[in-house]
Parts: sequence; structure tokens; C-alpha cells
Amino acid sequence: MDSLIELKNCGVFRNQRWLVRGVSLKVSLGEIVTLIGPNGSGKSTTAKMALNILKPDEGTNKIKNDIRISYVPQKISIDWSLPLRAVDFINLVRKHQTSEINDALQITGIKHLINEDVRNLSGGEFQRLLMARAIVKEPQFLVLDEPVQGVDYPGEIALYKTIQEIVKRINCGILLISHNLHVVMSQTDYVICLNGHVCCSGAPSSVIKEPEYIKLFGKNIDPTLALYKHDHDHEHLPDGSIDNSKKVQ
Amino acid sequence: MFDDFIFRAFAAGIGLALITGPLGCFIVWRRLSYFGDTIAHSALLGVVIAYALNFNLIISVFAVSCFIALSLLFLQRKTFLPDDALLGLLAHSVLAIGLVLLGILSFIRIDLMGLLFGDILSVNVTDLMFVWIGGSIVLVVLILIWRPLFAGTVNLELAKAEGLNPDLANAIFTVLIASVIAISIKIVGILLITGLLIIPAAASRNLSSTPIQMAIISSIIGVACVVLGLQSSMIWNSPSGPTILAIALGVFILTLLPLKKLLISKKKIELNKR
Repeated sequence: MDSLIELKNCGVFRNQRWLVRGVSLKVSLGEIVTLIGPNGSGKSTTAKMALNILKPDEGTNKIKNDIRISYVPQKISIDWSLPLRAVDFINLVRKHQTSEINDALQITGIKHLINEDVRNLSGGEFQRLLMARAIVKEPQFLVLDEPVQGVDYPGEIALYKTIQEIVKRINCGILLISHNLHVVMSQTDYVICLNGHVCCSGAPSSVIKEPEYIKLFGKNIDPTLALYKHDHDHEHLPDGSIDNSKKVQ
Repeated sequence: MFDDFIFRAFAAGIGLALITGPLGCFIVWRRLSYFGDTIAHSALLGVVIAYALNFNLIISVFAVSCFIALSLLFLQRKTFLPDDALLGLLAHSVLAIGLVLLGILSFIRIDLMGLLFGDILSVNVTDLMFVWIGGSIVLVVLILIWRPLFAGTVNLELAKAEGLNPDLANAIFTVLIASVIAISIKIVGILLITGLLIIPAAASRNLSSTPIQMAIISSIIGVACVVLGLQSSMIWNSPSGPTILAIALGVFILTLLPLKKLLISKKKIELNKR
């Protein structure tokens, strides 16, 4: 098997309904696959099948044996009763050398926070900590579930730059979940648009032309708009539609 | 030395406090305090069975506790009820069954007060062996499962995704709780064991900044409470379990005082001077 992970026609059935169905995807070493779609479209569920946290109720999920996997989950909240410093959090699953931890924190730009209690970190700092933890022992398969969520626009751009930095340094396969097409597209190899099923998929340049994608997100996504990313001229609503009311006339 | 009941009382209490320290931390972190209560309530059934069959008390309570813990895991998967409802269901129904059995088997005479609140002066050499040997095993197992258990406490899916087995660690942890409750009955009693698990850990939380620190300080506080509590209970002729916990509450209140803040602000002032 040359791909790191492979989902074949996978679906998850919970409480009498399919959360997601008929998903097939492959991630190989050095490849970035991006999952996009509205909330509740099954992006995280798909990622969890790729990580084998969830067993698919139909289809098969294959994961290559003995690969180092790192996971940046979407939601993580640290209970107040837990005294936990950044360094303890990085050592959560495996113990690492201090020099390795420092290197990882250096890449994500929060080296000065190594002994800080995690609950004192801001949203952006915490996302950087999650990423530092994920890359400390160079993973072969890295899953980033909305790594820029809860971060303001400048922070988002900075985080994407950090991801680019990681991609440059580490040769691994990445499954990236994103609600933001434009920024991701510039680096991704393959985009899959989910909404309960695979709406469309393809290389970044082709996906915007798919009619189904346009139906989901509106036809106002102009490929050239990507050049003006984070120009605040439109807003992504929670249901995935786009609000142009703030557009500068 | 082992003939002296006061020595046995101290040895048993200190041994127990050493184990409840780190286990109590996990109970606090995982919000399981009501789970401890449920297991402890069901201990009465274990006691009745032990008396009825003339069997070792600690082993019988351990077996019943494990059974209740596994029933909970089963019910969690089979029903849509929230955990606290399931725990309440188990705690009180098993307590009721224990009391019904106690009523039917009228030949059994149990010192109910001692069972509920502990009778540490009646600890015998066998009990002491259970505390120290059983306790050592509990601690060693806890150290072995520490990483998956702790990682799963922080984030279950992250631990699973990266190759740990937090579910197994959780199941083992449940058995550890059951065994600690079984060996604690004579020392603090079934009504109060959750207190000995939680109060030292809660006090320790106020003083520590890393998880391991919290576990160790929790043990130290627990031992201090047991020593002071036993001394006091002998002076005042009060029941041992409640006295230990009353002292523990006092320690907890002490840790709420802004000792750490005072230290930190002093440091800050010094730094500012430079």
C-alpha cells in the first residue's frame, strides 16, 4: 500500500441517520488533502475514520502499519481542575526531549510559553501549542481539524504561514479540514468538498468551477478573490453560505 | 509492634492516604466524585455477602464494587441516560438490595456505625496486609497506566488517534477505585471514602502547577490529615473517619489562603526592582 491512509466508500451511521456516507479518499506521503464543507457536513467524522477513532459502519478504512500519527482535534477544552503547563501538554502522549520541544515551539512561534499554564493561553496561542505538539516528533500522517478556528483574521494568516513552514520542514501526508477555501487552496494538492457525501473533489483549480460547489457556497466565489483573501468584503456564515452585505460598494 | 492497635491504625491510615492521593486527583480531573460514592454505597452489599458467607470482607467488597463498575460501563453503552442518573440508579438500588438482604439474614449482626464511618482501631494484621500489599499493587498499576489514562483524561480522541489505549486504561482505573474503596472500609468507612479521595486532591490543586506535583502533594496532604486526624480522634474520643475528614477540610481551607499569590507577588516586586 503506497498511501498512508485510505478510505473506501466509508460511512458512519448514528442515531438512525448517516452522518456521512460514501466517502473515499487517500493521503500519501508529501501530499496535502483538504476537506471542506459546511458545519455538520461530516468533515470531522471523516477525519476520525481516517484516524481509526471511529470505525466506519460501511466501507473500509485502511491505515498503513507503524506510521507516526499526529492529530490536532477541533475542540479541546482543558478542565480547570487540571494543572497543565505547555510542556506537559506536549509530553501528553509521548515524552520528548526538551530540545525537541523547544524546536517545535520555535517553529510555531511560542517558545517563550513553554512553562505557561495552558489555560492562560489565548485561542491563537493554544492552536499553536496544539500544532507544536503534533509536529514535535516528525509525524508521517498529520490531521489538522480546523486549525485556525477561533482565531481572528491576522492570526489565521499567521497560522497558515506556520502550517506552510511545517509542510516545508516535514515530509508527511496531511489531512487538513478547513472552512476557508481560498487560503488552503494555494498549498493543497487535492480538495474534497463534503456535505454528508462527497459533493465534488479535485485539484484546487478545478473545484471552484463545479456547479455543486457553487450551489453550496454561492456563485460569488470568484477565483480572483483568492488574491484578496481576508479583505473582509464578505463573511462566511455558520451554515456555509456567504454574506455579501458588508461588501464595499 | 504489629500487636499495638494504635500502630496498626496509623500504618493502615498512612498506607491508604498514599494511594488515595493520586487516585483522588484522577477522580477530580475526570469529574468522577459521584462514581466514587456509587461504588462506596454498593460496598454495603459486599459487606452483607461477606458476613453471610463468612468470607473475607475486603475481597467480597472488591468483587461487588467491580461488578457495579462494570454494570455502569454496560449501562452507559445500552442506554441514553446521563451518567449521573445511571450512577444514582446503581448507588441506591444496590444499597437497597444490601439493606434488604441484611434484614432477611437476621442472624447477621453488623456494626453499622463502624461500617459507615470507619473503625480504624479494629484494623487487624490481615487488613494491614491488604492496605500495604494491595495498595502497592494499585500504585504500581496506576504508574503503568498513567500515560494513556492521563492523555485520555485530557482528550480521549487525541489519545486514541495517536496510538494509546485510553479505554483499557479507564477500565483498569475503575478496578483500582473499586479496590481502594474495598480496603478503606475499616479506615474511613463507606460514607466518607469519597471525601478522602477528593479533599486532599482538591487542596493539592490549590498548591500545584503540574499534574505529577498535584498527585504527590495530594498524597502528602492525605498522610498529614490521617496522622493529625487519628491523633485528634484519640484525644477527643471521636470516630476516626469523620475526624480525618474534618482535618482535611481544615487543610483545604488553609490552601485557599493566597499563600502562592503572596509568594509570586513578592517575586514580581523583586523583579520590578531590578
